[in-house]
Amino acid sequence: MSSEITKELLESETSGVLKTELTLGLPGDSLVQKSGIKRGFSDVDLKLANYDQAESQPPPQAQVVGWPPVRSYRKNLIKNCKYVKVGVDGAPYLRKIDLEILSSYQDLLTAMGDMFTCLTICHVLNERKLMDSANGEEYVPTYEDKDGDWMLVGDVPWKMFVESCKRLRLMTSSEAIGLGAAAPSTPSKGSSTSC
Amino acid sequence: MQVVWLRSSLALRDLQAFIQHTVVYCKMDPKLQKTKNSSSNSANSPDSTHSLFPFPDEVLERVLSFLHSHKDRSSVSLVCKDWYDAERWTRTKLFIGNCYSVSPEIVARRFPRIKSVTLKGKPRFSDFNLVPQHWGADVHSWLVVFAKVYPFLEELRLKRMTLNDESLKFLATSFPGFKALSLLSCEGFSTDGLKAIATHCKNLTELDIQENGMDDLGGGWLSCFSENCSSLEVLNFASLNSEVSFDALEKLVRRCKSLRILKVNKSITLDQLQQLLVLAPQLIELGTGSFQQELTPLQYEGLGIAFSNCKNLQTLSGFWEDTSLHLPVLYSACPSLTFLNLSYATLRSGELAKIVAHSPNIRRLWVLDTVGDKGLEAVGSSCPFLEELRVFPADPFEQDLHHGVTEAGFLAVSRGCRKLHYVLYFCRQMTNAAVATIVQNCPDFTHFRLCIMNPGERDYLTNEPMDEAFGAVVKTCTNLRRLALSGLLTDLTFEYIGKYAKNLEALSVAFAGSSDRGMQCVLQGCPKLRKLEIRDCPFGNAALLSGIEKYETMRSLWMSACNVTMSACKLLAKEMPRLNVEVMRDEGSDESQADKVYIYRTVAGSRRDAPPFVVTL
Repeated sequence: MSSEITKELLESETSGVLKTELTLGLPGDSLVQKSGIKRGFSDVDLKLANYDQAESQPPPQAQVVGWPPVRSYRKNLIKNCKYVKVGVDGAPYLRKIDLEILSSYQDLLTAMGDMFTCLTICHVLNERKLMDSANGEEYVPTYEDKDGDWMLVGDVPWKMFVESCKRLRLMTSSEAIGLGAAAPSTPSKGSSTSC
Repeated sequence: MQVVWLRSSLALRDLQAFIQHTVVYCKMDPKLQKTKNSSSNSANSPDSTHSLFPFPDEVLERVLSFLHSHKDRSSVSLVCKDWYDAERWTRTKLFIGNCYSVSPEIVARRFPRIKSVTLKGKPRFSDFNLVPQHWGADVHSWLVVFAKVYPFLEELRLKRMTLNDESLKFLATSFPGFKALSLLSCEGFSTDGLKAIATHCKNLTELDIQENGMDDLGGGWLSCFSENCSSLEVLNFASLNSEVSFDALEKLVRRCKSLRILKVNKSITLDQLQQLLVLAPQLIELGTGSFQQELTPLQYEGLGIAFSNCKNLQTLSGFWEDTSLHLPVLYSACPSLTFLNLSYATLRSGELAKIVAHSPNIRRLWVLDTVGDKGLEAVGSSCPFLEELRVFPADPFEQDLHHGVTEAGFLAVSRGCRKLHYVLYFCRQMTNAAVATIVQNCPDFTHFRLCIMNPGERDYLTNEPMDEAFGAVVKTCTNLRRLALSGLLTDLTFEYIGKYAKNLEALSVAFAGSSDRGMQCVLQGCPKLRKLEIRDCPFGNAALLSGIEKYETMRSLWMSACNVTMSACKLLAKEMPRLNVEVMRDEGSDESQADKVYIYRTVAGSRRDAPPFVVTL
């Protein structure tokens, strides 16, 4: 995907236009905030750890050899949980999901559906989407990979995806057109709204 | 009169006899030092008036056989020649803190009756990737000599040594009575080497494999224990990831009735663990496998019962992955615990609070900083007997200040746990005032290792350097033996250390100090200093050379990324022939810079196995 599209998508994230009001956000809060802002409320789901994954540009400290003095054995162990941020277009708050405990794309969709409770999974052939039944808006899961590119979820094997995924975003179908989410081999909007 | 300081391990009656005769007859008479050069092991010597010790050698040897501490034995061996001989004949345990300080041949000549060897190799900073690969510390040449001289060797404990599968095979087949193998932080071998040990060591009592840079090629090694093997007392394979045959493990545990330490790996599930506990309720130390599993109510109950039947359990570890679901099964075992290692479990404050509420007797606690200050508050209020606390960072490279622990957690522990004497604490913020209060609360620190993770971090409230914090530590904690520094530090910290830390034996310094004066203060002021490791500090040649006479009294000095040049190192090497001065240069750096310097005393001369990047001056 070209960097122009990336820029476009990022700009549209911060454009401030709220398309839907999800139960996730605070009532009356209509601002779209940049995805980098840390959450200020305490996490209701106690199972999620409340610390962030490393950002795509590692902080300078990570490049100092051997500092902090943590033995490599210990460092490798902790990375067994892979929490990534999950954002939804139009929502002011992000959530986090541990990819390590999921084992397939179906699990991922289920987890996202559980997390953003107004969304339900909607399958059309091989497409994976989530839909807000309240307003018919469709969301396509996308992710940012190690290179900083935004990709459609589902193209690569699951393990490879877990390795390279840095964050997830549920993008509205209309925004995701550039990603080829509406595959030419299947009729796009027509049949998907019927689920 | 020569005074010999002994530790308390001596049996009282023998100690009394020992002292009585030593005090009366002990004098450094030069004549006496030359007597009995070859007859020191002769039977009954009636000429007791010549001897320093009026009884036959056998009695001296008998008394000395109660001495276990190698430090005491070293002292004893210096008294006179008779004692040196008696000591060398009675020493059965060998401790070598730096494998290059002595050679296997020298050791073999001096000590004829060794049954147990502990060998340490690489400098400690190799744990943090500061020492290049293939640096050395290979155990094989030691094993070859041991096979000739100590065919009845029973125990081998290696730390930061290199060994390959061939060496392990050699070990397994050269010592018929071999009993105990412990490998910590070693590298170069694989599970194939473990196969050899399991197959050939028929009397194995201990196999302890911890945190090594090894290749895990599969769990088949466990199945190599013969069906007759029933002698195991210690089995620790927690750090190996591959699945082992549970059937083989179960049978092994069933046969080995003396098993007291069992630490399994992640491949062992909770219900498998339950089965093992039922077979081995006598366990003293347990390392769990994976703690994450869907359990039926019946299984859950069974697990709880299994834990409650382990009446001797003192140590618990393991707990990888998200364990919160099943922690309550442990509660029945917690009251008897003295050591709880939760440092691989990403527990939160509430979960830790519940566990420690059930564990009032713990002396040692290791946790991850995910427990937060609140978790540590719970520790402070629940564990009055705590002596050791280690808080490891779950995410060491994360910048975010909102995670982990702060000075508040440490303070809370110090208020409730007045017996605290060992701490390892990773945090992102600290204040001088907090540390001062902490050591007021707990003045008995012997080991104080504080790691403020951002290098050169100031006191976040006053913006001052952290000098006063460590000043308070050394002033208040007169028994301090080990100190690790962090934060922004000027030479003042080192002035304090040199002035007050009179019992300091090991010092670790990183990104600290302002000038040579800092290092000089330490070298001049700390009489008991044995190990000094320094990285990324502005200490140069003047500092290095100020310790020229001191280094022979120390085990080793490590200096990396400081301002030391080759010429100073060459000078040091020239002046002090009994030191090995080794330099490793970084790629692309100036020819005159000594990027990494490792200096240690030795009676074995220069290394014969040094790789090309290690230059011995």
